[in-house]
Amino acid sequence: MTVSLEINSITAHYGTTKVLENLSLLVKAGELVSLLGASGCGKTTTLRLVAGFLTPTSGTIALGGKDLTRLPAYRRDIGLVFQNYALFPHLSVRDNVAFGLKQRGIAGVERSMKADDMLARVGLSALGARFPSELSGGQKQRVALARALVIEPPLLMFDEPLSNLDAKLRVDMRVEIRQLQRANGTTSVYVTHDQEEAFSISDRVAIMHQGRIMQFDTPEELYQRPANAFVARFVGFENLIPMKVVARKGEVATAQAPGGVTLDFPQRRFGAVPDDFVLATRADGLAVSADPASAGIPCRLGLRTYLGRAYQYQCETEAGHLIANGSLAEPLASGSAARLVPVPEQCCVLKPE
Amino acid sequence: MSGRIHPALVVFGAIVFIFLVAPLFIIVGASVSDTPYLAFPPRGLTLQWFWNIFAIEAFRSTAITSLQLAVLGTSLSLIIGIPAAYALNRYRVELPKWLSTVYVLPILVPEIVFGFSLMKSVSVGLGTPIFLSLLIGHALLVLPYSVRVVSASLASFDFSVEEAAISLGCPPLKTFFTVLLPNIRSGVIAAFILAFITSVNDVSISVFLTGPGISTLPIQILAYMQQFFDPTIASVSVLLMIVTVAVMGVVEATLGLTFLAK
Repeated sequence: MTVSLEINSITAHYGTTKVLENLSLLVKAGELVSLLGASGCGKTTTLRLVAGFLTPTSGTIALGGKDLTRLPAYRRDIGLVFQNYALFPHLSVRDNVAFGLKQRGIAGVERSMKADDMLARVGLSALGARFPSELSGGQKQRVALARALVIEPPLLMFDEPLSNLDAKLRVDMRVEIRQLQRANGTTSVYVTHDQEEAFSISDRVAIMHQGRIMQFDTPEELYQRPANAFVARFVGFENLIPMKVVARKGEVATAQAPGGVTLDFPQRRFGAVPDDFVLATRADGLAVSADPASAGIPCRLGLRTYLGRAYQYQCETEAGHLIANGSLAEPLASGSAARLVPVPEQCCVLKPE
Repeated sequence: MSGRIHPALVVFGAIVFIFLVAPLFIIVGASVSDTPYLAFPPRGLTLQWFWNIFAIEAFRSTAITSLQLAVLGTSLSLIIGIPAAYALNRYRVELPKWLSTVYVLPILVPEIVFGFSLMKSVSVGLGTPIFLSLLIGHALLVLPYSVRVVSASLASFDFSVEEAAISLGCPPLKTFFTVLLPNIRSGVIAAFILAFITSVNDVSISVFLTGPGISTLPIQILAYMQQFFDPTIASVSVLLMIVTVAVMGVVEATLGLTFLAK
């Protein structure tokens, strides 16, 4: 049974502080959606609202068309995986996994069989009799996963599940989580502050900031075509240059950067540009050219660092401090003058903030 | 740190140990002395003073009252104290800071003042029966121990465990009993023992609340000593020590005493 999760115009407060504002999100059946953002952006609040540990000020939450908003948490049937595992310290691994089954009135024999099956699926068959205090972090998180999955919940939610694990294990576990989620086809919500984790594991990612969703899209779209300056900065567009169109001739718009230099923006390469826009690029999206005649932003090169695939320059321009990558073939001396030429394929034209 | 202990530490440790244990030895000795007054070292050997305790009706009845008060008062303090400790820890951020201090007040206020004000407000003010007044007094007296000790074990409890149980379909109240309580069990037992001993030992509050016909064992011991100076008092003390050791023995056998050190 796969169902969709619908969050409709949720507003939530902690006391008098508004933490979520009019937030809507549709997680399709079988999809894994990540809520990504810095701490305090409202991602955990959203998860807790869906879990039923918080009540929204307004708005509704529905799972598979059934309204959950006023349903107590223990009747929501949602599998939760916590950052700190939250295993029952007084129960063995097997009893931890069987806990949810016991609440559902499933009798002894069937219960232990199901628990053992699930333990086998997460590769912990041998550890059923152990207690949580005797497990490593990765094993604990597997038990937590098994405990949440064994009740076959229509919705699975993860709250920073890998934050307490070391880097190597984190990568292994996220692959494992994704495989299990795929195999079961369970609709899932995954909260994290780690961009790589969110992008690698998710069908779609909602980037959150100050209680709102800034963009909700596939990882590819987010990474290549951020919808606004916040998301652009979030996904690593180092350079955000405010531009103003000063002339339009046929399909070519001429726009001026701070400091006076003008650049041409042919529509066939950059799309239609509004009168005021922000040119966003990563360091790779600005080519460093020593040729003073090239159509780029004049700059003075500062510190040069070696990235392996390119040299990276800190550049001082009249449009502010920019970061650009130059070819390995011709390292340029710091202090020399150069031009930064936008690479159209790697540029985004954004509305000003 | 391989087994080399400074000689001064040995001497110091021995002195502390002697001061702790010697008075107990003296009492044990005095309790079996065949003299009509407290004597140490004992002269002769007799158990008559122990029989004397049981022969004196006042010792029997006050001992029963003390036990009833200790069991009921401690239970009452835990019934109030466990939920209070839970709320103080669970909602630490939301609750005002001074609230946790309120639960320690019975320890902070001089007991004599506390006893007197209880007499004025409860026994006299409300006209409650003597036993009930004593029960209220003892429950309040030991409440700080219940709240503090249970709080200490809740401080290391991860409340997301509770949320995990709820998310798995366990209603909140059932979660409290099946998940939370088993995990703070040692704290609850430690609180019970501390509160129990405090209640049995109490003089300064009980003295204000006792009345005609009802008294507690420590008050009876004081009253007896004012009239008689025979070794009966020493044998009562020994008996109390034996009871304490027996309680500890039972706890040790069932739980292990290590939890008291936690």
